[in-house]
Amino acid sequence: MSATSDLIGQSPLTKPTKAGGRGIEHSSENLNEADRLMTICNSCRYCQGLCAVFPAMELRRDFTEGDLNYMANLCHACGACFADCQFSPPHDFEVNVPKTMASLRAETYSRYAWPSFLSGLFYRNGLAISIITALSVAGFILGFIYFNNPDLLWAVHTGPGAFYKLMPHNTMALLFGVAFVAAIIAIIMGAITFWKDTTNASIAGAGSGFWQAFSDSFKLRYLDGGGAGCSGETIQKKDGRKHAHHLTFYGFLLCFASTSVATLYHYGLGREAPYPWWDLPVILGTLGGIGLVIGPAGLFLEKFKRPKELQDPDRFGMDTGFIAMLFLTSFTGLVLLFLRETPLMGILLAIHLGVVFSLFLTLPYSKFVHGIYRFLALIRSAKESNANH
Amino acid sequence: MKNDNSIPDFSSKYDVLVIGGGNAALCAAISARRDGSNVLVLERAKEFYRGGNTRHTRNMRCAHDEATDTLTGPYPEDELFDDLMRVTEGETDQELAKHMIHESKDMLNWIVEQGVKFQPPLGGTLGLGRTNSFFLGGGRAMLNALYETAEKIGVQICYEAEVTSLEIENGMFLSAEAKIGADPAKNYNIQAKSLVAAAGGFESNIDWLKKYWGEAAENFLIRGTANNQGSVLRMLLDKGAQEVGDPTQCHAVAIDARAPKYDGGIITRLDCVVFGVVVNNRSERFYDEGEDIWPKRYAIWGRLVAQQPDQIAFIIFDHSVLKKFMPSLYPPIKADSINELAKKLEIPEEKLVATINQFNGSVIEGNFDHTILDDCHTEGINPPKTHWARRIETPPFYAYPVRPGITFTYLGVRIDKDARIQMSDGKPSANMFAAGEIMSGNVLGRGYAAGIGMTIGSVFGRIAGKEASKHVRN
Ligand SMILES: Cc1cc2nc3c(=O)[nH]c(=O)nc-3n(C[C@H](O)[C@H](O)[C@H](O)COP(=O)(O)OP(=O)(O)OC[C@H]3O[C@@H](n4cnc5c(N)ncnc54)[C@H](O)[C@@H]3O)c2cc1C
Ligand code: SF4
Ligand code: SF4
Repeated sequence: MSATSDLIGQSPLTKPTKAGGRGIEHSSENLNEADRLMTICNSCRYCQGLCAVFPAMELRRDFTEGDLNYMANLCHACGACFADCQFSPPHDFEVNVPKTMASLRAETYSRYAWPSFLSGLFYRNGLAISIITALSVAGFILGFIYFNNPDLLWAVHTGPGAFYKLMPHNTMALLFGVAFVAAIIAIIMGAITFWKDTTNASIAGAGSGFWQAFSDSFKLRYLDGGGAGCSGETIQKKDGRKHAHHLTFYGFLLCFASTSVATLYHYGLGREAPYPWWDLPVILGTLGGIGLVIGPAGLFLEKFKRPKELQDPDRFGMDTGFIAMLFLTSFTGLVLLFLRETPLMGILLAIHLGVVFSLFLTLPYSKFVHGIYRFLALIRSAKESNANH
Repeated sequence: MKNDNSIPDFSSKYDVLVIGGGNAALCAAISARRDGSNVLVLERAKEFYRGGNTRHTRNMRCAHDEATDTLTGPYPEDELFDDLMRVTEGETDQELAKHMIHESKDMLNWIVEQGVKFQPPLGGTLGLGRTNSFFLGGGRAMLNALYETAEKIGVQICYEAEVTSLEIENGMFLSAEAKIGADPAKNYNIQAKSLVAAAGGFESNIDWLKKYWGEAAENFLIRGTANNQGSVLRMLLDKGAQEVGDPTQCHAVAIDARAPKYDGGIITRLDCVVFGVVVNNRSERFYDEGEDIWPKRYAIWGRLVAQQPDQIAFIIFDHSVLKKFMPSLYPPIKADSINELAKKLEIPEEKLVATINQFNGSVIEGNFDHTILDDCHTEGINPPKTHWARRIETPPFYAYPVRPGITFTYLGVRIDKDARIQMSDGKPSANMFAAGEIMSGNVLGRGYAAGIGMTIGSVFGRIAGKEASKHVRN
């Protein structure tokens, strides 16, 4: 048998160093690897029923960088195609789609970051977010001390307007309004760059796939691996990540709704926070907060249960950083709710506001953006599959 | 018996010993276990490579009377039987084939109950969307589901467990010797009341292939596992099991010559023959590249290439057709002229230029359409290209080197409807059953119909498990 292998090793039969790929050089190693894998997968196609990535791949013969960036964001990292692949490591072909797509996805986040000089925040993302959060919390505590009489900080405040004794409502609204608007602008700019990079279509063209993408993302349809389940721990996977993600996502939306209702109360009805426990902002916020405590905790645990082979170690900080921020936001909010009638309220309020402020500031430079790009990728996928039916 | 591969205590006697770890073995193990037997599976491969050739499969062909979520229309028993008769040219045990086809109907339900999932036909699979059921995620996903079910219901599974000899007396299985574990493997003696042999064919055994193919077999590539050495088949035949199927036959297709020796799987296949010409390493054409349409054409080229010097050939085409078919595992070898291409391929340069010129000169233009038998053909050369003939003239020029890629062999042990092994004296074995490739020659004497291998494995696996279990209880 050795004779044969020698023969096969000779020119012209020398194997390209790695299986697959078309010798095309893209601008990064992750893109080259994604191209190699998509070429292999395209000649196999066994995974076509698992998710939206493979059908998108099948529509193409060659892949531009934009195509690969799009497919990377379309991948939900469910892991199914790794467990199902006859060529995953230790096979020589080393097909590991989830990991490659994860690395490439992380790369696209910094590629699309706006303004571009902040793209570096994605590199040591966990660290960057921790520093910004610590500074923000410290800022609020010092601000409270500096602008207020220290006695006020440790005093018990109750009833409507209690929070604003520590920080005038308008200051609070201004500060958070500015941070929020800045975040929204940065996110929109990133989204525009993503859309331009990955499609030739104008932004207006996004409309037609919108509802399909909306339903797919709200149901997390592709986190299922075609119905096999998602966490990739045992091979017949359980739904851990999906449930945890749902709790997180809907918790986030409820918290957002709570803040919006409270803003309406304040400006529309002239009713000031804190609100009684039975009032809408508190109910929404509490439910959302609970979701946003359990959800991120679940995501965090699932992260450790996930097989190492599927993970991109460089992304660990980014993933856990965002999860931690969501957890801290809701956790500090709930603690504040329970202890708001004690002397600890002042300091807890400062911590909570510091965390939320940092969450807003870092949104465009955190894992948060995965939702935006994936949603846009789903729109494109829905458009493509409509066009092909 | 999970990942740690700790070796169980073999001192007690098992009800059913299953040898192999593919589709046939797992279906047998699950069916025997569900019938109440105490079952041990010995799989030669490591856990990652478990399931031999089944890992590389994609679909199975079962009869059904109605369209379903995953099948576009009915495929009645008679039609499947006719298809089988056609591909085998009648070389099938008709009784057994009919029985299998009848049982295949319920297989679609049974296999789903064991956790296997099918996908609806999409894109390229539509051509077989009515007749074949496609595994969601392919054969490895299918196996993963079967293994999980087997473990859950209490089947004992040992990986890196190679059966090295069988103790058989007058057609009665007594015990097996197995080498278990890596570094150092230890020998164990395992007793069981009945045996299911589901250890595949002998396609990976180059020495055995050499018996029929001579030295040429050295240059064959094996599309699937290296573990199907036919050792269990050999032991059974040596201990008096009756032989079935043509030992000299194997299913072979043309695959990329740069593919690994084993386990290159589905992605090494090249079916772009129609787009160019095929020459051997003397730069000569040797067969009509436009003979028939897929998939029959696909399967003849393995054999054709095996008959060429050094078992190698080159599919040569030009830039005009490059994007007409999907890229495969490796990129084609590229050159700006035919001379340069010949140099890169290390085949006679002048001769290749002459072959291509002669071919180009004989092309009669027509309306090229690779989806039908079109009217583009050659005149005045031998061999002709009877369809899809187009001049090779637009640089750059490309070539794929190809070798025979062996899929499976046909030789097996004879069984009856109960999957019971028949001995060469004509008597049925008391307690030995067989399923899968090791007995596929009973129904598939020659030829191939996509998906039939898995049907044979599942149907006879399930039957073998049930009958082995029944034997234990009687
Ligand atoms: C690339 C490729 C694609 C294919 N696609 C399809 C398809 O789509 N549909 C289809 O129907 N068929 C397909 N086939 C054919 C199909 O793979 C076989 O028909 C089928 O897998 C046979 O199943 P089996 O269980 O008998 O053998 P296998 O799945 O090959 O299992 C044999 C097992 O026996 C084990 N074994 C061998 N010797 C020993 C020993 N001494 N001790 C212990 N264990 C041993 C091996 O490790 C292996 O696990 C394909 C084949 C190939 C190569
Ligand atoms: S991940 Fe593996 S099995 Fe799936 S399509 Fe790609 S090569 Fe095929
Ligand atoms: S979504 Fe899941 S199945 Fe699809 S590419 Fe990503 S990891 Fe693979």
